[in-house]
Amino acid sequence: MADLKATRDGFGEALVELGKTNENVVVLSADLASSVRANWFKDKYPGRFFDFGVAEQDMMSTAAGFALSGKIPFAATFGVFASGRAWDQIRVSICYMNLNVKIVGSHGGISVGPDGASHQALEEITLMRVLPNMTVIVPCDSEEARLATIAAAAHKGPVYLRLGREPFPIITDYKGDYKIGRAVTMADGTDLTIVGTGIMVQEALKAREELKKQGISARVINLHTIKPIDKEALIKAAKETGAIVTAEEHTVSGGLGGAVAEVLVENFPVPVRMVGMKDRFGESGEAKELMKYFGLSHEGLVTAALEVLKLKK
Amino acid sequence: MNRPSVEELKGIAREIRKDVVTMLCEAGSGHTSGSLSCVDIVVALYYYKLQNDPKDPKWAARDRFVLSKGHTCPTLYAVLARRGFFPCDALMTLRKRGSILQGHATISTPGCEASTGSLGQGLSIANGMALAGRMDFKDYRVYCLMGDGEQDEGQIWEAAMTAAHYKLDNICGIIDYNKQQIGGWLSDVKNIEPLKDKWAAFGWNVIEADGHDFKQLMDALDKAEMIKGKPTVIIAHTVKGKGVSFIEKNSVGFHGTAVKKADLEKAIKEIEEGK
Repeated sequence: MADLKATRDGFGEALVELGKTNENVVVLSADLASSVRANWFKDKYPGRFFDFGVAEQDMMSTAAGFALSGKIPFAATFGVFASGRAWDQIRVSICYMNLNVKIVGSHGGISVGPDGASHQALEEITLMRVLPNMTVIVPCDSEEARLATIAAAAHKGPVYLRLGREPFPIITDYKGDYKIGRAVTMADGTDLTIVGTGIMVQEALKAREELKKQGISARVINLHTIKPIDKEALIKAAKETGAIVTAEEHTVSGGLGGAVAEVLVENFPVPVRMVGMKDRFGESGEAKELMKYFGLSHEGLVTAALEVLKLKK
Repeated sequence: MNRPSVEELKGIAREIRKDVVTMLCEAGSGHTSGSLSCVDIVVALYYYKLQNDPKDPKWAARDRFVLSKGHTCPTLYAVLARRGFFPCDALMTLRKRGSILQGHATISTPGCEASTGSLGQGLSIANGMALAGRMDFKDYRVYCLMGDGEQDEGQIWEAAMTAAHYKLDNICGIIDYNKQQIGGWLSDVKNIEPLKDKWAAFGWNVIEADGHDFKQLMDALDKAEMIKGKPTVIIAHTVKGKGVSFIEKNSVGFHGTAVKKADLEKAIKEIEEGK
């Protein structure tokens, strides 16, 4: 079996690389350095690491001060606290000034598991993508997280990077061609398209295999950047396959589902089914068990695919 | 820097106060009384303490000033214009569409270091500038002006702990302590006393001064610079609406409103006659 690695690990590795290659990179943490893998940077570059204790709001505005002084701060904590607790600081101190701050929200999604709903971030994509100037990235494996982190450091402006805690196999195979904002077709197909983000891309590929057994050909798109969204890839998929299923470990309200629907409604409306959390909080349980329970699984995606095909003209 | 005379600073402050009431009157809205209370503080900073260059607002070695109480930006705008960061003509465009002078402080104004307006965030931003300066072995100093009502914000105290933890002696906080906020007297809305003890308990060196006495303000700014190993906060006792009697008497009413056109002449006259 392939090596399992969490997206937060790819982020931690990239930070260490950036420490060597970019002296302007500084890392800020809110008492969760080891959980978000920022401690790997801290161990190598202690003079460029700053802890703020359990004070996310202070951390975000301080990151703005670093950016106003020419630094490239990565401010990392859990997704719930990064995107929710400090939302106004991200809005006014960071996005309003279009500052070069990289916000890293680890432990995104229901896959946080036993910690329960208070710690399962299900709203970050929505909360972050409504902010002008913000770029929102959700890597699907640790290698993509590593590349996204390097790309975020090179990108000018605020970036939100959504990471997860659970280890998964590496499914991407970039050959130096990772680009923020450019979706990746993981597998082609003609009957419908599953647009996934984050670890749901893994489930989408499994769903594709099951659909294949039923004679259905599904395209799988890895929409690793939610904003700016790859309109071209989405419109092309709508035109060529005529039906879309979105897959996210996040609320569909304003999330990936909402973002994809906005593009399709205005450009090329086709039937859509959204797989994700539906206006409810999570609860405690094991990661895989919860994903299955809430339908955030390949089984859930197959059901949605069969439904959307019935609506297809 | 050589000390300007107190009379000279008083004269400048009178001009700034006239600018503030006039530009707010022209705009038809805005925050009058809190802008007037901090005039002398901002004048002392820009005409005595801050090392900066109006012709090169982004000069890397400059001292930084963050206006955390962003709603009192008219005072900052008037001072920046008179110091030569941008033409004084622009002052009459305050709050109008397309203006470089937005309703709350933004970096679209030359010389303005940070966009603020949502209270409580400026001290954290200033800390980031101070930490970055220390990392780069630059000896610039960072000043942050906060409101007294703003002390209600939890983030102020998060930032206070951060500055003390990192021993940021290159930062100086200043509180415009005019004792009133939008809802009335601080003592009625939410008591922040004992303010001096609070800051001291958070690890800061605390200096109290009369925020309308230029000698005391210059002394306080000099003393702050001498303190090593910890940040300093200057609690500047001020009068909300300072300089215009009918604004001082109704300073809560003038928190978020402008002087009416019919009253402008009276206000200007009082400022000119002020000592």
